[in-house]
Amino acid sequence: MISLLKIEKREINNPYILTAIRMVGIFLAMVTGGIFLQFTGHEPLAVYRTMTEGVFGSAYGFNETIVKTIPLLLAALGISVAFRMKLWNIGAEGQIYVGAIAASGIALKFGYLPAYLLIPFMLLGGFAGGAVWALVPAVARAWWGTNETITTLMMNYIGILWTDYLVFGPWKDPNGFNFPITPEFSETAFLPAFGKTRVHMGIIIALLLAGILYVFIYHTILGYEIRVAGENSEAARYAGMKVTWNILLALFISGGIAGVAGMTEVAGITHRLQSGLSPGYGYSAIIIAWLSRLNPIAIVGVSFLFGGLLVGGYAVQTSGLPASTALMLQGLILFFVLGGEFFTRYRVICYQNKVAKREGDVHGLSRSN
Amino acid sequence: MDYQGAISILAAAVTAGTPIFYASLGEILCEKSGNLNLGVEGMMLVGAVCGFQAAVLTGNPWLGILAAMLAGGMLSLIHAFLTITLKASQVVSGLALTIFGTGLSSFIGKKLIGIPAPVKFSKMDVPVLSDIPLLGPILFHQDVLVYISYLFVIVVWIYLYHTNWGLKLKAVGENPAAADAAGIYVARIQYVHVFLGGLLAGMGGAYLSLAYAPSWLENMTAGRGWIAVALVIFALWDPARALLGAYIFGGLDILGYRVQALGITVSPFLMKMIPYLFTVGVLIFISAKKGKHHTAAPAGLGIAYHREDR
Repeated sequence: MISLLKIEKREINNPYILTAIRMVGIFLAMVTGGIFLQFTGHEPLAVYRTMTEGVFGSAYGFNETIVKTIPLLLAALGISVAFRMKLWNIGAEGQIYVGAIAASGIALKFGYLPAYLLIPFMLLGGFAGGAVWALVPAVARAWWGTNETITTLMMNYIGILWTDYLVFGPWKDPNGFNFPITPEFSETAFLPAFGKTRVHMGIIIALLLAGILYVFIYHTILGYEIRVAGENSEAARYAGMKVTWNILLALFISGGIAGVAGMTEVAGITHRLQSGLSPGYGYSAIIIAWLSRLNPIAIVGVSFLFGGLLVGGYAVQTSGLPASTALMLQGLILFFVLGGEFFTRYRVICYQNKVAKREGDVHGLSRSN
Repeated sequence: MDYQGAISILAAAVTAGTPIFYASLGEILCEKSGNLNLGVEGMMLVGAVCGFQAAVLTGNPWLGILAAMLAGGMLSLIHAFLTITLKASQVVSGLALTIFGTGLSSFIGKKLIGIPAPVKFSKMDVPVLSDIPLLGPILFHQDVLVYISYLFVIVVWIYLYHTNWGLKLKAVGENPAAADAAGIYVARIQYVHVFLGGLLAGMGGAYLSLAYAPSWLENMTAGRGWIAVALVIFALWDPARALLGAYIFGGLDILGYRVQALGITVSPFLMKMIPYLFTVGVLIFISAKKGKHHTAAPAGLGIAYHREDR
């Protein structure tokens, strides 16, 4: 008796089962990460406890998690718009930086404006900066079909280098003791914070955007079109939708929202443009958007989880672990959830030899692929 | 600029292009099997740090290269398992690999920052060949890993275009269903070539940490893995064109330092943008030209093969 494996297609759409599979994936990723930590001479349980305490153990930790959630949430919302159209915008990191440049430029030049004018102006600037940054790959993709994965990624490096050029060069604070920073903005350019914490109004902006996107995607005609076009561009074309225009629009909005994350960072946290503004928010946001199945409401929750992972990552630094531990765990989570997807799309059937003669199975059994 | 200066710039371009070339050659082999691996950046980083760590531990640069290749290969097998066996999205899996590799490399490399390489690959002349005017000092006054890369171009070129295996590989990449029907083990061939891609990406990383830098720095690849992926398109999936393309990128990479040495004051940050700007420009140019590019890409690239779909 030989038992043989056969893989059959199926489709699970039940959101509870899908969520459960993702949860199992995250759990297995943590277990694997734990084994790795054990292997490299650390106490996995102690590390995870330190991480959890870093987030929930104090008001400060919790507030910091919200602070990290803001840019992650905004960037992930932006990315989700592009991913819906099967456009691989992995340039959120660069869009954050250019959004920050635009907002900072406005803050530095128009610092005399009252807050109620300056803040909306900076928001608009941040959006425009990110949007324009995404527009370069978008135009190339829409007109000539240029693969946007690599171009958006290349734009990240260019945006980061541009920031460095500005803060090391023309925008450098003359009184900044040679640090790569611009002068501090005038106070009218500060996003108001909650009490004495670093949590700022950006969280309201981000949550509002999540709500708007949710309504837009699931309850408007244009949102419906975008969902259809993303599922099947041929069908969309037959239905008379302008695919080229949709590509431009989706990437424009996508980059713009990521650009807002840059604005909230400079206006809410640093109050100036500085080198190394984002420690890779734009990359983590890719994972967040994908884990959330591009659902704006789910993105809110997952962004908080990843914000916690970042803060937890900083917490374990005291015990000699690099902050990159968090990045590694993020990668592992993505691996496991990606692997788990398999079980939502296929079923594995184990046959005994005698059943194998059933019609149509003969070919499938000759070799396992 | 004088003759000597020009020679030294071209020689430096070859050195700077070599790590990109190794990674690119690996990605060509991988993509020829129909599998797109966007994890090159991650595999290079892990290769760089593992190679450096192994060289520090053993004092032998060759063991460093070996460790780097194995590390890159191991990572590529994660991608292979997810995309070939579990049929996951190749784009997402590759991105995951890059993110994971970035984290893993700085985890492993935390204690290695600031340590100078105990051993490294130094330049050595090839007898006779290095005396050829012009080409000699550019191509044959290099380190041994550069010479190995010349060898690899020839070996891979013969493999792809003049062996039965190369033909099978092409069949799998172009039309896996037809290849399967012809009795070719599709999954096995894809696994092997994704793995080869990982080995070479790891080697490219180790070239950075053991010959080019030679030291370990966080994120020291600085996008070279992504440039290598772009280079595959630029090279129309051809190893010889990839070598030439890698040297062009290498030249752009070092341009910043050289211009400064000439006393021209341009911000180094603006100079560093050039390779990335060039990559974007080249990709747009190629896709605008279409035609040739479309026939060069393996037809099955990026699509998971499920035999029941035949």
